Amino acid sequence: MDVERDDGDVRVRLGGRFTLAEGPPATDAVERELDRTSAARVVFVADRLEAWDSALVSFVFAVAALAAERGKSVDTSALPAGARKLVELSLAVRPRVMPAAPPEDDALTARVGKVALKAWGTAGDGLTFLGETLLAFGALLRGRARFRRVDLLHALESAGVGALGIVALINLLIGAVLAFVGAVQLQQFGASIYVANLVAIGVTRELGALMTGIVMAGRTGASFAAVLGTMTVNEEVDALQTMGLKPVEFLVLPRVLATSLMLPALTAYADVLGILGGTFVGVTMLDLGAVEYLRTTQSSLALRHVLIGLGKSVAFGMAVAITGCYYGVRCGRSAAAVGQATTKAVVMGIVMVVVVDALFTVLMHLLRL
Amino acid sequence: MSDPRAHVEVRGLTMAFGTRVVQEHLDFRIGRGEIFVIMGDSGCGKSTLMRHMIGLNRPSQGDVLYDGEPLWEADDDARERLVDRFGVLYQGSALWSSMTLEENVALPLAERKRLPPREAGDVARLKLALVGLAGFEGHYPAEISGGMRKRAGLARAMALDPEILYFDEPSAGLDPLSSRRLDDLILELRASSGTTIVLVTHELPSIFELGDNAVFLDAERKTMIASGRPQDLKDSDEPKVRAFLARGRL
Repeated sequence: MDVERDDGDVRVRLGGRFTLAEGPPATDAVERELDRTSAARVVFVADRLEAWDSALVSFVFAVAALAAERGKSVDTSALPAGARKLVELSLAVRPRVMPAAPPEDDALTARVGKVALKAWGTAGDGLTFLGETLLAFGALLRGRARFRRVDLLHALESAGVGALGIVALINLLIGAVLAFVGAVQLQQFGASIYVANLVAIGVTRELGALMTGIVMAGRTGASFAAVLGTMTVNEEVDALQTMGLKPVEFLVLPRVLATSLMLPALTAYADVLGILGGTFVGVTMLDLGAVEYLRTTQSSLALRHVLIGLGKSVAFGMAVAITGCYYGVRCGRSAAAVGQATTKAVVMGIVMVVVVDALFTVLMHLLRL
Repeated sequence: MSDPRAHVEVRGLTMAFGTRVVQEHLDFRIGRGEIFVIMGDSGCGKSTLMRHMIGLNRPSQGDVLYDGEPLWEADDDARERLVDRFGVLYQGSALWSSMTLEENVALPLAERKRLPPREAGDVARLKLALVGLAGFEGHYPAEISGGMRKRAGLARAMALDPEILYFDEPSAGLDPLSSRRLDDLILELRASSGTTIVLVTHELPSIFELGDNAVFLDAERKTMIASGRPQDLKDSDEPKVRAFLARGRL
């Protein structure tokens, strides 16, 4: 490609192959010439052109934009007919002039402020959603909540029976790991039998509920966010609203109710499996008798430990379900937004479970339980 | 004062998301039994305007009045009563995917009109038959074609015998024959029940075939730039409206 001045025009002489395989040519030489000259027109000459594709059209389009910026016209009449038509088509519609966005203030204080304002907005919105959910529970207690009973049954199945396998596996292993770690320390003092106490209290009071809550955040919370997010994208949630049905009552309430009911049941199941995991380690590694181990478990296990674990699990269930539903109902309007909502639901669900667990621990300490 | 003849009145409406204004100073009236078209180029805010008119998005200024009763100034109970007066066919049909077609249509009847399941099912089957979907009652939305989903969406929108029906891009994604059938259905609906119909579309055949009156929203000026009968708007003072209605062939 040569750029030359001739008869008051800038002539761009195109030669050889102008294809994407050779790489689109740079416009620097033309731009330099346009800046130097007072010529009013850019003329393309293509007599030595051997082959062309979008690379040529893209080059001419870019040169035309440079010429237009400098108030110069472009003559494309010598280009191959196909290329000329494509260039004309690309120049046919004027680019829409968008108002310039206000300059971003990227100072540290501004960025911190923006993050804080966003977090404040999300917290406020989350509290509003929590309030709406509590009002829906109020309506349920007054017998005025409107939702399909079959949706509640489906949610009970999904948050209950459907989670049995994964809850069993995780808690069996957690009980075994707890017993193993405890045994290594307790054997040094000849107190191996206290592994049973450690596992019984640790699993029923803390780990059974906590691990089940975390599993449910990753499983059920994510599922709620994905389903409700997809419904939001497909305008199904809007359709409920315009039918005079409240999405929180119709979609959120059965899911929160089902998860809050199923979590204690799953936790009780998890407690049993955690103790079984501990028993397995006790019997096979510590040479304790199974009956002896289970008797020690029974004598160390006060009812309050079990009840505290089950009480926590109700709160975990509510936290997981409300978080999943919140991110689902507040999902954006694209497929990518559903993915983001699901990720946020899992992360925030786990955070909420751990925060609620910490609050319970402090509360139980204050109550000396 | 509201226009006593207007069934629906959009008054001084401004729509904005944060500081980004979508459309402003919208003023128009829709007569009872009229088919009214909201048109404009892509991205001008037609569907957003519909969402403001049906109570899904709160306007930043102005209001929408139904028989003179404001939608957004009203308290929640009054707004719920107003919402009961209209049905909506969404662009993607928005059928509830976990329910059969019959359950989709029966749900509003059971929940809003408190019909027992059997009666709600009877009415739902009738509504589905009216849109040519007899025999598909037990199908799920994923099991039927796009055109059938639109018709099922229409059956659900008609479930509560609304006074006003909103259609968001009813022909989007339909082949010409299905689109034509849907247009005929809309005309029959108006003729048989006198329903006021608000149509959001940029399909020229539907605009001319169906529209009694229309408003044109402009994306660049962010307001309505023309209103009147679609045939009259072909000679509008606004070049953009003339070009739009002549499909760019002036």
